[in-house]
Amino acid sequence: MSRGSPDLCDLSASELGARLAAGEITCAELAESSLRRIEAVEPRLGAFLTRTPELARERAVELDAYLAAGGPRTSASGIPTALKDVLTTRGVRTTCGSRILADYVPPYDATAWARLSGAGAVLVGKTNCDEFAMGSSNEHSAFGPVRNPWDLERVPGGSSGGSAAAVAAGEAVWALGTDTGGSVRQPAALCGIVGLKPTYGRVSRYGLIAFASSLDTVGCFTRSVRDAALLLRAIAGHDARDATSLDAPVEHPGRDLEAGVAGMRIGLVAGALEEGVEPGVREAVRTALDRLAALGAELEEVALPHAEHALSAYYLIAPSEASSNLARYDGVRYGVRAAGEHTDVAEMMARTRGRGFGPEVKRRVILGTYALSAGYYEAYYGQAQRVRTLIIRDYEAAFERVDVLVSPTSPTTAFRLGERLDDPLAMYLSDIFTIPANLAGVPAVSVPCGFADGLPVGLQITGPPLAEARILRAASALEADLGLDLRPPLLASL
Amino acid sequence: MPVEIDLRYVARLARLELGEDEIATLAPQLAQILEHAGRIAAVATEHVPPTASPLPRVNVWRDDEPEPPLPVDEALRNAPDREGDRFRVPRIVEGG
Amino acid sequence: MVGGPWEPVIGLECHVELNTRTKMFCSCPNRFGAEPNTDTCPVCLGHPGSLPVPNREAIARIILIGLALGSTIAARSIFHRKHYFYPDMPKNFQISQYDLPICVGGALEIDLPDGSAKRVGITRVHMEEDTGKTTHASASGRIHDAAHALVDYNRAGVPLVECVSEPDLRSPEEAGAYLRELRALLGALGVSDVRMEEGSLRCDANVSVRPVGSDELGTKIEIKNLNSVRSLERALAYEIDRQTRALEAGEVLVQETRHWDEDAGRTTVMRSKEEAFDYRYFPEPDIPPIEPDPAWIEELRARLPELPRARRDRYVREHGLRPEVARVLVADPGASDLFERTVALGAPPERAANWITQDLAALRKAGEGRVGPEHLAELIAMLDRGEITGASAKVALEEAFATGDPVPVIVERRGLAALADADALAEAVRAAIDAHPDAVERFRAGNEGVLGFLVGQVMRATGGTADPRRVADLLRERLG
Repeated sequence: MSRGSPDLCDLSASELGARLAAGEITCAELAESSLRRIEAVEPRLGAFLTRTPELARERAVELDAYLAAGGPRTSASGIPTALKDVLTTRGVRTTCGSRILADYVPPYDATAWARLSGAGAVLVGKTNCDEFAMGSSNEHSAFGPVRNPWDLERVPGGSSGGSAAAVAAGEAVWALGTDTGGSVRQPAALCGIVGLKPTYGRVSRYGLIAFASSLDTVGCFTRSVRDAALLLRAIAGHDARDATSLDAPVEHPGRDLEAGVAGMRIGLVAGALEEGVEPGVREAVRTALDRLAALGAELEEVALPHAEHALSAYYLIAPSEASSNLARYDGVRYGVRAAGEHTDVAEMMARTRGRGFGPEVKRRVILGTYALSAGYYEAYYGQAQRVRTLIIRDYEAAFERVDVLVSPTSPTTAFRLGERLDDPLAMYLSDIFTIPANLAGVPAVSVPCGFADGLPVGLQITGPPLAEARILRAASALEADLGLDLRPPLLASL
Repeated sequence: MPVEIDLRYVARLARLELGEDEIATLAPQLAQILEHAGRIAAVATEHVPPTASPLPRVNVWRDDEPEPPLPVDEALRNAPDREGDRFRVPRIVEGG
Repeated sequence: MVGGPWEPVIGLECHVELNTRTKMFCSCPNRFGAEPNTDTCPVCLGHPGSLPVPNREAIARIILIGLALGSTIAARSIFHRKHYFYPDMPKNFQISQYDLPICVGGALEIDLPDGSAKRVGITRVHMEEDTGKTTHASASGRIHDAAHALVDYNRAGVPLVECVSEPDLRSPEEAGAYLRELRALLGALGVSDVRMEEGSLRCDANVSVRPVGSDELGTKIEIKNLNSVRSLERALAYEIDRQTRALEAGEVLVQETRHWDEDAGRTTVMRSKEEAFDYRYFPEPDIPPIEPDPAWIEELRARLPELPRARRDRYVREHGLRPEVARVLVADPGASDLFERTVALGAPPERAANWITQDLAALRKAGEGRVGPEHLAELIAMLDRGEITGASAKVALEEAFATGDPVPVIVERRGLAALADADALAEAVRAAIDAHPDAVERFRAGNEGVLGFLVGQVMRATGGTADPRRVADLLRERLG
């Protein structure tokens, strides 16, 4: 049952690539399709913080001329693209969803965007997110929430909620987000699209405005698994400007996409379908696992014994690093300085930060500062780092037995706006299944696997370091087998 | 185990101005989060080395080759306050 | 317990800016004196999203320093973040090292005034980044009156090496000798400009006082703002005196940081221990660990030049220089290098050393000149052959310093050749006698001192080209 007839912006990048190659459509038409969609749905969604229609039109015309003159086409050529507003764009305001950076114009492009742009992608805008990527609902943005295209009273997930909603609603064909504890996979699951978090170091972090440096990754939002492979390929690879970027060669992550899962050993994370997981989510995941088994996968249950401590370790490590990374926002070199007279520079900095940061950021900065302060380091940060080692060892042991691990991406479907806003711990529990992969630095993808009460459910597939091709292959097999209609109801009203 | 945090001290360390109402809200929230996070104290880690980063690399560096710096106007473009080509801030009081 | 005699216990923390071509963590030029904020980029301005990438040459240089000091080069070393808020620090943390520095242990041997040597232990040598420069803007130039401050980030991110000594020093003079020796060592390695007046070498001192014979350490006071060897020695002398008086008066000292006021000649409290910073060190997640390949370390060891101490000994042993002349020469790598090359051209070592450490040193104070070894060797040779006088040689040196022209060319151009013409000399002597009958009379009356006056008259008349000894002889002949 199709909801409304698809526009160009509703097609996948791989299909659009074929049409562009065949000369059936132009980049300019494609850009217009995306810009029209933004005009139509943005008043209800709030996915964008900054829109760049003029830049997009200019770039599309330029690309059409370039391609007409025989310039080589890439899989990103002409594709309307949205970027989470924590990725720097030279000359285009980049806010991190924070008042403190409301007027910040970066002097340089993030490497991931520079590569994508160089490959011909067309920027349509910068997307809303939780302030400094801290949150799981996008309600911690200083510029208002984003709404879920499946139900406007519900959150799109976070922190990359704007990117997820924009792709789900066809405002962009694909988008980049960032994933520190699940900020790509969880909103992808809640919005019914594909969300890929690559191996730590696979994609350069240069220009990714840091939240927690040892956990941050740039990730991909797409409406098909194939597009996720194409997008990753366009942005991945070593970058001399990021000392933590991997120098391993990048195999084409979409190479074995259709090889299927026959004989693949799939491990269900022990306990992943027990308490705390909504029944509807549990059911959708079980059905998906049955399908994978029917396709020839060998299923077994695998324990990650220390995963139960992942959330605790994460909520010590991430805020500690954040308290350090966010120290630079002091009203001296950039950003919004608190107005009025200040008796000295220390007061100016404290006021600038006190007024410029929202409650969630303050909560985590205080938490991290405390965890690193004299006398507490070993008990909190030090111990969390040791637990991190144990979690990495759990994964190593698991991947000796199985090829990939699966679990729900999120224990629930999209929740109502405001539902968890006053209970930080309940909000943090949204990321219980996604956080371990960040601690271990391993790749994971969320792929739609069904619905619960009309809301999409995501299955998380995790692999060992650098095994992006493998997890995408499993995701692709499931995607093809399920054949879900993932056009959100919002589009039917257009 | 209840956790007591000297919020004013920590806020000063973090250069963060907090209102009394914020302190009142934050204190119980942080205590709850730390109570949860503090459970990792129970994990046996005597002979486990810490992991600061999941990255397997060492010795990553660059050659000592200069690149052009930013034009000075670009460097100062985002400055909230400037005087000539320098960033301007309120007076600095040592130990403040 | 209270009562003398007392002994000071001193340790130094020295900061050295490396003279690499680029900064520590970005590719901005590392140079002194550029216009404000012209040597900056997203990384050294701490812009959101920017990341540090270490400079390999800076790591090589700190390893060289460690090898020269006999430190152990750590098999594994990591960077830490050190947090405190200050507007000259773009990220409000400094990338530094904490419990795993690159170089551990070692010693620096210094010469004491009595001619003996002393080994001063080195605790650690670690790598970090420098901060920007803050100017306090006010009519009086004093921090307290300033309405605001201005920040220039050109120096932010310049590679900075911190070298911490053990508390082995026992007097201001020993501390001064240590700082001079360290400066000579760093200069010989070529890793830094070591100009204290430009801030490329800076020093903080930790000093306490205890009864002689005690094994315990007294209350440690840290002194900051020591911008020269002289400031260091003066500040230590002041502080040792202050602490001794306080202890003798039965006062209890508190651990604190004090600021040296060069003009007032005293230290004042900057902050007490209670106000000490809580730096919240944690491993820098943006930079992977440093694990230097042993083969690389050996390569660097092979790059070590002759160190100042060995060089001084060689100058005394091989060239017969007096130890104090050797010390002055070796303290300045430029001078030492010039000396070696001048001697290699056949100049007598002691003469070369004297010219370099005296007349040329005076000229070099004003700036770099263009005198090379060939100038000095030629100058000394012409002097020895009697082709120029000492006075003319000084004039020629000055001109060579300014122009770089060969010495014979200068001598020719300026008419500095020694007055070899006996008739002309005799004429000049006669003219002097005729012009000063009073002096002649006094000389003949037995006043020998007047002879110098008459020689001076002849020298002046000949523009310094006459040989003063010959002039004196001729005068005696004529007046005798």
